[in-house]
Amino acid sequence: MSDVVTSTIGDHAPAFRPSYTKVFLAFARNSLVRDMTFRSNFIIESITSLSWMAMNLAYYILIYQFTVSIAGWSKMEYFLFLATTLFVNAIVQALFMPNCEEFSELIRTGGLDFALLKPIDTQFLVSLHKINWSSLWGALFAAGLMGYALWYLPETPSPVAFLLYPFYLACGVAIMYSLMIALAATSVWLGRNQTLYDFWFYITNFSRYPLEIYSGAVGDPIRVLFTFIIPVLIVVNVPARLLAKPLDGQNWPLAVFALFATAASLWLSRLVFTKAMRSYRSASS
Amino acid sequence: MSLPANYAPGFEAGDHSLARPNRLRIWATVLRISIEERLVYRGDFALGTLMRFLPLLTQVFMWSAIFYAVRRADGASTIAGFTYEEMIAYYLLTQVSRAFSSMPGLASMIALQIRNGEIKKYLIQPVDLIGFLLLGRIAHKLVYYVVAAGPFALVFYLCRDYFSGWPDATTMLAFLASLVMAFIMGFFMEATLGLLGFWLLEVSSLLFIYMLFTFFFSGHMFPIDMLDGLPWHLGTIVRAIPLQYLAYFPAAVFLGKIQGADLAWGLGLQLFWTVTFIVLCRVTFNLGVRRYSGYGG
Repeated sequence: MSDVVTSTIGDHAPAFRPSYTKVFLAFARNSLVRDMTFRSNFIIESITSLSWMAMNLAYYILIYQFTVSIAGWSKMEYFLFLATTLFVNAIVQALFMPNCEEFSELIRTGGLDFALLKPIDTQFLVSLHKINWSSLWGALFAAGLMGYALWYLPETPSPVAFLLYPFYLACGVAIMYSLMIALAATSVWLGRNQTLYDFWFYITNFSRYPLEIYSGAVGDPIRVLFTFIIPVLIVVNVPARLLAKPLDGQNWPLAVFALFATAASLWLSRLVFTKAMRSYRSASS
Repeated sequence: MSLPANYAPGFEAGDHSLARPNRLRIWATVLRISIEERLVYRGDFALGTLMRFLPLLTQVFMWSAIFYAVRRADGASTIAGFTYEEMIAYYLLTQVSRAFSSMPGLASMIALQIRNGEIKKYLIQPVDLIGFLLLGRIAHKLVYYVVAAGPFALVFYLCRDYFSGWPDATTMLAFLASLVMAFIMGFFMEATLGLLGFWLLEVSSLLFIYMLFTFFFSGHMFPIDMLDGLPWHLGTIVRAIPLQYLAYFPAAVFLGKIQGADLAWGLGLQLFWTVTFIVLCRVTFNLGVRRYSGYGG
């Protein structure tokens, strides 16, 4: 690590800028080394994460035994939707989930002091210092499912859709991350926030379905709430729609709004994070 | 709690026959302490219970979309024998069955206590580990029902249109009996899994598999009637294993899906599995204790 983060003690150059890419790669390498140290644990975690996904897929295969479409999504279209959900989940779980959980714990125990002292952006450090490699199997599973669905889809999506897909996937991950880090940062004021984690789980649960299903007297307000106020419905719906549905007049506005929602989410979460850091008082003895 | 410093539950003052404490009073005290312990987090409990219904909201929309598509495609109004209303009522009722049969943290706690040696205290004290844990769980559940009754009543009231009225007295009694057995069976199944820690030390991956299977094949995720037409007799196999009694069976009984001889037969089978797991748990415990060696203080 010494070649990455050089000490600033005694270093009189006021503008020390660590290379964020190098630091991130070092985090990734360290996490992989740790995962490989406990190899059988890694294998078990990989198997459990894969079987969870297989069960998820089996559920929808079962449902499509009884129907040809759900809210206008045919089986293969829905598989694309599911693959996108799994992609987002895999990335969020690999990069941010373990870190955000630990972040609350750092706040509670006072261990955050050490993170604050490091000559690097604290949010970057606490958000990314651990990578859960076994979750990335999910991304592989999702890629396989996506390939299968694209193969059997009657119409191949346009090249533009393929280009935009990774970008909107990243936007989706960014929205999920913003929500998670903002919730974790509230530990500064709340002390312990197990309920908030449940809250995250239950809120993001809404993102896992096509937005068409939310209609009617109760559905419409839910759709508006989770599109415009807490934009979790955008996370999966926008990228999945790019591949599964033609980009017509109905979908463009949503895709444009997704850009705005991503930027706003990131900005707001940064705001919450900095505010939380200002209120942080160490909890050590 | 204000207890005299030398208070020892079950032991009468001046009673020198320490080996024969008053069992009933010990159990009563354990139960009372557990209840008080649980009530500390009642606010968190009530909020958590209400939030647990949120995923159900998405299920309502999802199934509404599915039934709409099925009706439009071939005019059918049922899926695997369930109407839309019954399907939603079914999901609501599985929440009730799971409130009885799920034992969060039980198996992992037992395994942890075996691993770190805390289990020694039950082996040397005149207290039975499984009985102690069962009382703790009963207390946990009693408090849970008291606190969760509000949120449950609210959600069921809001969803009353999905139900076609109260079932008759026989069905209701059968429903209650299956719920009680679901609790006992759930407890002894998970306790047995935890006790495997005597041999395996780490049971978390085993627990994950158990959780996965329970989620899928207990009827928690969908009514297992949906599996009936599938190849490899999947439906028959799933009906043969005892997981359905943890979620599907009580809910199906309430909805009147199982009646007459089938109902009696089902309850009998559930009783059989319940007793089986009680015995299995006891045997596992005895064998485990014989294997166990505790070192240090």
